[in-house]
Amino acid sequence: MAEFLQFTFSGLTVGAIYALVAIGFTLIYNASGVVNFAQGEFVMLGGMITVFLGYAGIPVTLAAAVAVLITTAVGLALYRFAIATAGETNAVTLIIITIGASIFLRGTAEILFDKRFHSLPSLFGSDPIRVGGATILPQSLVVLVGTLIVVLLLWVFIERTLYGKAVIATSANRVAARLVGINVRSIVGSCFALSAAIGAIAGVLVTPITLTSYNVGTLLALKGFAAVMLGGIGSAIGAVVGGVLLGLFEAFAAGYFSASYKDAVAFLVILAVLFALPQGLFGKKTVERV
Amino acid sequence: MMKYMRIAAALIGCLGAAGPALAQVKVGAVLSASGPASFLGDPERKTLDIYVGDINAKGGINGQKLQLIVYDDGGDANAARTFATRLVEEDKVVAMVGGTTTGTTLAMMPVFEDAQVPFVSLAGAVQIVEPVHKWVFKTPHTDRMACEKIFGDLKRRNLTTVALISGTDAFGKSMRDQCVAVAPKVGITIVHEETYGPSDSDMTPQLTKIKATTGVQAVVCAGFGQGPAIVTRNYRQLGIEYPLYQSHGVASKQFISLAGPAANGVRLPAAALLVADKLPDSDRQKPVVVGYQKTFETKTGQPVSTFGGHAYDGLMILVDAAKRAGSFDSGKLRDEIERTKDYVGTGGVVTMSPSDHLGLDLSAFRLLEIKDGDWTMIPNSGS
Repeated sequence: MAEFLQFTFSGLTVGAIYALVAIGFTLIYNASGVVNFAQGEFVMLGGMITVFLGYAGIPVTLAAAVAVLITTAVGLALYRFAIATAGETNAVTLIIITIGASIFLRGTAEILFDKRFHSLPSLFGSDPIRVGGATILPQSLVVLVGTLIVVLLLWVFIERTLYGKAVIATSANRVAARLVGINVRSIVGSCFALSAAIGAIAGVLVTPITLTSYNVGTLLALKGFAAVMLGGIGSAIGAVVGGVLLGLFEAFAAGYFSASYKDAVAFLVILAVLFALPQGLFGKKTVERV
Repeated sequence: MMKYMRIAAALIGCLGAAGPALAQVKVGAVLSASGPASFLGDPERKTLDIYVGDINAKGGINGQKLQLIVYDDGGDANAARTFATRLVEEDKVVAMVGGTTTGTTLAMMPVFEDAQVPFVSLAGAVQIVEPVHKWVFKTPHTDRMACEKIFGDLKRRNLTTVALISGTDAFGKSMRDQCVAVAPKVGITIVHEETYGPSDSDMTPQLTKIKATTGVQAVVCAGFGQGPAIVTRNYRQLGIEYPLYQSHGVASKQFISLAGPAANGVRLPAAALLVADKLPDSDRQKPVVVGYQKTFETKTGQPVSTFGGHAYDGLMILVDAAKRAGSFDSGKLRDEIERTKDYVGTGGVVTMSPSDHLGLDLSAFRLLEIKDGDWTMIPNSGS
């Protein structure tokens, strides 16, 4: 029983990390239909900038705030100078642009920072909390709670504000949105900025657990994207549920089968789910009128 | 090239009036100074540049100056082989110190075997010298020695049943294979094995299984990079009480800072170079490693690494052999390299033989324990 609990805690820890990365995908997808593969790099930037500002002697909380601001600016710049300049092209072109941006950001970070791994101190120390023979680190709970707060704020923003409605309108039909007077470019741009901010917050929160280096973004983005597909793309709740489930699959596969196959088992389960529910657990059915 | 050589010849001619003219002897080096293995190849190249310059400034060897010819293979085995052929056929080098990775070394070995030119490799794998190839030598210690060093300490502590957790990257796999092969020979039983992906962020499921395995007395982790740091943290998180051993793959201050307080009590084998300032004054290697560290760090401004040390050892073994041989004839050079005896280098004390082209014993590794964020040498950990 203690083992089961420990595997669950491990799954929740890893799952919360995936979930926090996954939420970042949701916003940009909702506004522009683009899957932003540079999302992992936003996470990396959040962590790395905080670490290096910390080395420069700036207190961690201030460093984290500055890191989130800088990453937000990077997100805005990504939209302004790469996505917006591509004009009204189809989503696939834009997705490929984000892959390019991801490689660019990774390379820049490699030169600007270094190639080594870095860590941040945990918010509430590193003494494990004991529950029924199993242990969980306080930072895992911080990531879980942080994820929930971000989802809640995002939900309020989308569902309860006029600006959020404009995001939904833009995502539903760009031309119609423009016709009713919505500034589509500013909406999509702010979604990139917000996604970058969420990514950076994720980076700050998960670094004490995962450690960070210039290239952590790739794998986090991959796992985050898998979580998004499982939960249903475009749904914030789906992203969280997808992330946590993916983490749990991996932990149980590593615990009850073999660690060598944990990724394979996790992706098999995702395939099985998508086979039954192609739109994901919480995804909306989209009907195309021909 | 011809033009420069003529100018050089003319210059030497001018100098001739002042002192005896020095002929040049070519030593080749194919290194992975760029590309994915540049963290190995770059310090190797800098080390060779520094010390060849140093040797020439002191008048060369046997009255002849060394000319170092370096090619950068970028970590690509095909390119390495092409450069090796060029070294042998066009540059006509008398010997080669290089081959940064196991892959490039294995690709170049046949070239030097065919041409009968001595080749001192700087790569890790034991396959380079086992079976012995007549013209191929190497300086770095092997994973097998790391396993033997760890197992030796376990035996001393009367801990004979261990669990093994290893990364699925090349380093972790190779060391795991060596440890599994060597364990029965030294009376260690591996009762449980786990793996982790090199970029995993949580290893508690694997460690929970190790914790639940009965009979485990110690845990050995074979890995490189950030994985072992996370293993160490998770190990303490789960409150596992057995001693934890890490490999030489994490023998750097970075590991201590990543693992934090969890690193306390972790033991690991490490090269003497990394603990140069901690070595007792009676240690034979102390003057060598301190000297190399000082030279490398003042000339390059970078912290010293064991990889550059391997290049230093390779060059010095070659130079010593040339001095004993009294010439740069490839055949004599090879025989003298093989007769290297009691050479004290950065990697250990080297005594080669026709059946051993590495020549290091377990004293090449020092067993360290991490205490309060720093290394401590374990006294009486044997040699």
